[in-house]
Amino acid sequence: MADATQPQPADPDRYVISSATGVDVVVTLAGTGSRSYAFVIDWHIRLLTALAWFLCTALLINGRIALRGLAPSKTYVFVALLPAIAIYFLYHPILEIAMRGRTPGKRMAGVRLIARGGGAPSAGALLMRNVFRLVDSMPAFYVVGLIGTLISSQHLRIGDLAAGTLLIFDQDRNVKSLTQLGAFAAHSKLDAAALDLLNDVLARWNELDASNRRDLATTLLLRLDAQAKELPLATLTEEAVKSRLLALLSSGAAKP
Amino acid sequence: MSSDSSRAWLATRAPIWRALADTGERLRLRRRASVDEALRTLDNYRGLARDLATARQQLPGSGITAALESIYAAFHALINRPPRNTRAAIAVMFRSEIPAIVRSLRQPLLWVSLLFTLSVAAGWLLIRTYPKLIGLFASEKMIEQVQSGHLWTEDILNITPSSILSVRIFSNNIVVSALAFCAGIFYGLGTFYLIALNGLLLGSAFAFTRQYGLDGELLNFILAHGLVELSIICLAGAAGTALGESLIRPSGASRRESFQQCTARSGKLLVLCALLLVGCGLIEGFISPDPGFPFISRLIIGVCYWFVMWAALTGRLYGQAPRIAAT
Repeated sequence: MADATQPQPADPDRYVISSATGVDVVVTLAGTGSRSYAFVIDWHIRLLTALAWFLCTALLINGRIALRGLAPSKTYVFVALLPAIAIYFLYHPILEIAMRGRTPGKRMAGVRLIARGGGAPSAGALLMRNVFRLVDSMPAFYVVGLIGTLISSQHLRIGDLAAGTLLIFDQDRNVKSLTQLGAFAAHSKLDAAALDLLNDVLARWNELDASNRRDLATTLLLRLDAQAKELPLATLTEEAVKSRLLALLSSGAAKP
Repeated sequence: MSSDSSRAWLATRAPIWRALADTGERLRLRRRASVDEALRTLDNYRGLARDLATARQQLPGSGITAALESIYAAFHALINRPPRNTRAAIAVMFRSEIPAIVRSLRQPLLWVSLLFTLSVAAGWLLIRTYPKLIGLFASEKMIEQVQSGHLWTEDILNITPSSILSVRIFSNNIVVSALAFCAGIFYGLGTFYLIALNGLLLGSAFAFTRQYGLDGELLNFILAHGLVELSIICLAGAAGTALGESLIRPSGASRRESFQQCTARSGKLLVLCALLLVGCGLIEGFISPDPGFPFISRLIIGVCYWFVMWAALTGRLYGQAPRIAAT
């Protein structure tokens, strides 16, 4: 008989890490889309930062913003050009080490790097991961890396294989939604599953499509609120539906 | 678990989980923790494991379970975080680990050096037999300069200052060495290709300059930095070959594990290679193009720097170190 306290192994996007407590750690692997999304954001950040540095320092040194016709003086090279190149090429290794497996792009995409043991990757592993960009970026536009993430079961590029790192989804949003849950549970009459569902819908309220969230909220009200059938739900405003859901969540019985 | 008890469980535990999430994040960002904090973290970890097991059973697929998975994973990372002692780790790496890696790479190093030597000879023979083929290895401008009796390195300092030249050279050499290592992923073939190509380039350059009596000048230019630079490229090639071998003949439980272990081990050697290449770049930028340095000075600098490299690779540069076996 399957142990319900352990994760179900069938999902290929889940990675299970053994733990000393006997309760395995489960993380969700990020796919090619999230990886590319994070990369594109990071690419824009590093390109714009490098360009901004170059243009500002070139302006200070030469008195004009120009990419051409600048004399290759030592000041120009060491103050304007080299730092700009360093920002562009060292962005990933430096930020990944400083932010322990994260970069601004990864943060925005909701992903982060971990070692196979579940911890933050070491500086050595992150450096090696970035050295292998030389191969992953071959022949152009990260074709090798992209193919690697598409064909490998854990969506790994060669740099990840070499460094023993995994790109996983951060589930911070779910953690944040815990804040209200305790207070709701103390006063509500709903069971835990219903509480969780309502709390989740309300936490994501602003991200849901306007028509879909209304339909979803109405369906939930009809299922969980005995008095909802007597109400003209079709005529209620979206805000009214939301406040009814909130009332249901906090008391278990919505006010008529 | 009844509806009432599950609600009570949530009401009491949810605020604790939220507080634990914040504690976990705070501890993650800190380098050190007190004994009390460590013990409390262990207790919390065990408590979280119990809560997660309950949530997986009672509320599978729910947001609560997902949140608990996330907090539990964060605590797991905290508990299993290796101790930090960067200075000691660097000292061990240079004194013991790198010499052990170099010892384990002796055989691939021999084969790669042989390949490089043969490629140099092949490049030499090729251009001596078919001089017109130099167009495959050198640019038109370089060919014209040599044909007019001047080496392409002669006026290099008039165009670019030494400091800029050094940075350009060492960054390029570091990339070439890193590529020679990483290309080992193609079962070693990529590494062999790069080593052979570099050998061909060197051999053909000497054969071509010899036709115009400039081979002595080329040797004069290369001598101070070339001994170490070429040795480092061979070393990176040997590490790349080992990488290829780890895929062909995996030593770990799987090819992936074997590859990862080999990368982690050989990668340390690359750090030393990069540092030595910075030195090569400085020599190539400040000494090699400067006609003020006579042949004998260049020879002494080249040989001395090679011995520094040898001492660094064997660990003798940092004093006697305990020998550790390469794994």
